Amino acid sequence: MITVSDLRKVYRQGSNDVVALDGVSLEVPTGKIHGIVGHSGAGKSTLVRCLTLLDQPTSGSVAVNGKELTNVDSDALRNARRRIGMVFQHANLFDSRTTEQNVAYPLELVGTPKKEIAEKVAQLLELVGLTKFAKGYPSQLSGGQRQRVGIARALATDPDVLLCDEPTSALDPATTDEILELVRKLRDRLNITVLIITHEMHVVKQICDSVSLLEAGKIVEHGDLEAVITNASGRLASTLLPLPGEAPQAEGAGRVLDLLYTGAQATEPVISGIARKFNTDVNVLAGSVEHLGDQQFAHLRVQFAPDVDIAAIIEHLESTGIAVTVKEAK
Amino acid sequence: MDYFTELLNNPGITKAMWPATVETMQMVFISSVVSVVVGLLIGILLHTTDKTGLAPMRWLNVILSGIIVNITRSIPFAILMVALIPFSALVVGTSLGPIAASVSLTIGTVPFFARLVETALRDVSSGKIDAALVMGSTKMQVIRKVMVPEALPGIVSAITTTVVTIIGYSAMAGLVGGGGLGRLAYNYGYTRYELEIMIITIIIIVIMVQVVQILGDWIARKVDHR
Repeated sequence: MITVSDLRKVYRQGSNDVVALDGVSLEVPTGKIHGIVGHSGAGKSTLVRCLTLLDQPTSGSVAVNGKELTNVDSDALRNARRRIGMVFQHANLFDSRTTEQNVAYPLELVGTPKKEIAEKVAQLLELVGLTKFAKGYPSQLSGGQRQRVGIARALATDPDVLLCDEPTSALDPATTDEILELVRKLRDRLNITVLIITHEMHVVKQICDSVSLLEAGKIVEHGDLEAVITNASGRLASTLLPLPGEAPQAEGAGRVLDLLYTGAQATEPVISGIARKFNTDVNVLAGSVEHLGDQQFAHLRVQFAPDVDIAAIIEHLESTGIAVTVKEAK
Repeated sequence: MDYFTELLNNPGITKAMWPATVETMQMVFISSVVSVVVGLLIGILLHTTDKTGLAPMRWLNVILSGIIVNITRSIPFAILMVALIPFSALVVGTSLGPIAASVSLTIGTVPFFARLVETALRDVSSGKIDAALVMGSTKMQVIRKVMVPEALPGIVSAITTTVVTIIGYSAMAGLVGGGGLGRLAYNYGYTRYELEIMIITIIIIVIMVQVVQILGDWIARKVDHR
């Protein structure tokens, strides 16, 4: 479990103060994958540097399994850091070391016996599927393989938390999915807490259990994936499940609604149900239906005839747990 | 006597050439080893005490960079060498011979090598240093296990350049009592107009430089896994 409370970071730039983090609090329970999304400049990088104490936060605290990382001396900090495994955007492997020597690095630091290191490294390389590249150098590996080595290295100290900073931003889509699949597998097997900082909504949709939206140094929205996707008034819903392309506005007269729904409702014929119950025509203008995790999510834009009792329809939809937003036709 | 027999019987070649070569190699070897050891330390200090470095220490950085390195580097070697004659005499007891010359050679090249090391270390990406720190490395471990090994190809090239520079400087040192090939070329080639000795001296020095360069490049390739 990782607990961040009221983290603030203020940089001094010339004569003015720049607030990079403005009171970030979050908690990720053990074994959960949490995504932190935000545009560049939102404070993601600063957050990562403060979480690992590469930069000292101005105030606030970071704790892993109740153990404080902030306000401790440098020896305690070094030990505490070993509770967090970190995966970087560009892997940051050491070119002068072979794959297995890279994975062995964190173990060497604390003087682990050679035999123990060899066993642990072999085990980790098998876990990430790179056993046959053990003696090779990072320059001989592909981007995805390098990231796998990075993950194996991050896990060498048996950390409680895996902190991934844009882990797939430098990878192609197929490799991205492979790496995300690996992270999910590792979480399942090791019951490790995972924190992923990313700007890619795809990553959130693929593996996150919960998500936070970081904006101007503040978390402006957070919650379980299901909750934020179906929260029609939230900012994440429309970015996580956008309507395809330029969603068409309604042509001519009529009432337009945006519907967001999940799970049970998604498997039911919502639209034809409405058509029958209210004896009206429904026009689907745009829609996207996605299967995320083990849940089905749908985002539809529908249009009703102008003479329909729209209030009754909205009431009916909301009573079945569907989030409705009214979009006035132009 | 034909030309070649005359050349082979020239005492400049039969008697003086070999000892001069040995003296030059002595000078180059001693000052290279000391320069590399001391320069590496200063180079690491220059890089780590910088304000964006691993252990910023402003006063030490100013002393090393501004005073020691920059001032020494701005004095032309020919002048520095003469100015250091009393100091060499103090350190090794004499101002003559290859050992004495090594003192001024070393002092002249340490700042040069230190700057090259600093540049090589700066090429190690900050991401690698961050990674090492996040994994719980001490600063010393970062330097020993990450920074220097990652910069090794650059450091090896810096050593090659430095040794070649020292070979060049050693000829100059020869003129003010250091002996070696520089002295030989001056005595025979300049004061006695024996062009042959001059040419052979040049050939020997060129071979030395070539060997150092080829060896250096080979080692740099061996340690470069980027």
